[in-house]
Amino acid sequence: MNFRRLKDAFAGRLMLAAAVFSSVLVFIVAIALYLRSEPILEVKSLGELLLGSAWLPSQSIFGFYPFILGTVIVTALAMVFAIPLSILSAVYLAEYANERLKSIVLPLIDLLAGIPPVVFGVFGVLAVVPLVAGIAPLFKDSGIPFLNGGGYATGYSVLAGGIVLAIMVFPIIISISYEVFKAVPFEVREASLSLGATRWQTIKHAVIRTALPGIAAAVILGFSRAIGETMAVLMVVGNVVKIPSSIFDSTYPLTALIANNYGEMMSIPLYDSALLLAALILMLIILFSTLGARLILVRIERRMHG
Amino acid sequence: MDKLSEEKLFKALMIASLAVVVGSLFVVVAVIVWNGAPALSLSMITQTPKGGYYLGKEGGILNAIVGSLYLAFGSLILALMISLPAALSLQKDYIGKTKAAYYIRLSLDVLWGTPSIVYGAFGFIIMLYLGMRASLLGGIIVLTILQLPIMIRSMEEVIKMVPADLKEASYTLGATRFETTALVVVKQALPGIVTGVILSFGRGIGDAASILFTAGYTDSLPRSLFDPVASLPLAIFFQLGTPFPEVQARAYASALVLLIIVLALSIASRALSKRFMKNIIR
Repeated sequence: MNFRRLKDAFAGRLMLAAAVFSSVLVFIVAIALYLRSEPILEVKSLGELLLGSAWLPSQSIFGFYPFILGTVIVTALAMVFAIPLSILSAVYLAEYANERLKSIVLPLIDLLAGIPPVVFGVFGVLAVVPLVAGIAPLFKDSGIPFLNGGGYATGYSVLAGGIVLAIMVFPIIISISYEVFKAVPFEVREASLSLGATRWQTIKHAVIRTALPGIAAAVILGFSRAIGETMAVLMVVGNVVKIPSSIFDSTYPLTALIANNYGEMMSIPLYDSALLLAALILMLIILFSTLGARLILVRIERRMHG
Repeated sequence: MDKLSEEKLFKALMIASLAVVVGSLFVVVAVIVWNGAPALSLSMITQTPKGGYYLGKEGGILNAIVGSLYLAFGSLILALMISLPAALSLQKDYIGKTKAAYYIRLSLDVLWGTPSIVYGAFGFIIMLYLGMRASLLGGIIVLTILQLPIMIRSMEEVIKMVPADLKEASYTLGATRFETTALVVVKQALPGIVTGVILSFGRGIGDAASILFTAGYTDSLPRSLFDPVASLPLAIFFQLGTPFPEVQARAYASALVLLIIVLALSIASRALSKRFMKNIIR
């Protein structure tokens, strides 16, 4: 009897240790990155690093602005494509689709989520980049802001990155917002329908409104996946250090900067510190967006379960 | 616009959106199969690169396939050893209801969202600090960190679903918390646990950014934990980066191999979890 008690207590401690260890990793990663990016923060101001647009590591000039802008534009474009398509799909799946369609489509979406980034990258190079190169000349002198292609376009561009990323975040936004729609209490629908609203009016005014915080959380989680994606984006955006003037221009996101320059960073002073600062910036963005999304989702869960 | 035609319009938009989403899956798979299949041959998956392979000469990507399997299995075992106990301790019977569990879950979610390139950079710092060079072990450790949050959170979801009655029945018979957990809860949650494990294996075998600096790359098969090791995602990346069409075609074929492995895993997890379902008490 005593031995069983002992075993129980011991196992409990061990399990707790595993849980604590896993969760402490976040802090270890953040602290390690901070310690290694400190040298550059000591000699340069944060403003100079974040807003400087020249990137000349050999002369110790590190301006992150083009890279931050690259990350922001590619991610924003991906979200412009992904948000409406994903949410409309999720509404259809949750509110209209019959069981048979759901039993086919939901597993397919899971399958899409499991495809590795590098495969999306190859897909991008084979299909999206040529497509973009094909349509860019159509907008050559269109004068439309952000679309005014500069004549010669390789296709390795902000747009190609945006399309590939959008496909990669579909499954995340769809599966989370689908769950959120499913979590809207049936009474909400009943109340609206009994007042004579049509199905669509019910969805528009009652269901979507109730689900709005959850949809926001789904979007934030999709956004954090997109912003941190490395390989797929790196393969299709061209990696040219400049500020893009249209979506047909090449760009160079933060993640690609880290991945491309790791090999040589040890040979130039402060270079490694600069790249690890880039990693730290990414991690902080993820930290805040994840916390925001989770706080919303936890609140929804509490409301559901009282 | 009256309310009925508005509904019709939006319904059409929804169906169109769903078609784009599902269609994009098929397009991705079709493009990879279409371009990869012609270059795929038996020698590609049974040979290591010979001299001049990256210029278009003889050889295959066996080094990368074997390397990826080593990396994925190694990290899977390590991650499982930490994840299962961690997920079990998040039960209500242990710390599940406490404030601490809330913060543990929150930090795991942040870990889940952290980009793999950040793990790669972190792993590289640690390895420099320890004086390790890029190696199989380094890759395994970084991939383990990558898989931990996925495994723990997905296991926790299924462990949470184990009916309280079942645990109470076990307690009533005099079983300790640990006995109940190990013999009743794990057995009951097994289908979900298996699914979680396979899904995170798929994530582990497909990730490139985290092992870019930590696992290295080599043309030979790995001999020890401390040797650098090749991997499929990086094989694809490097072959695509060469200027030779023959080698690029092999990159497409390698992408097809990776895609087949990942899709097979996904389908296997579905089938396995169905099979394990039979042993469950409802």
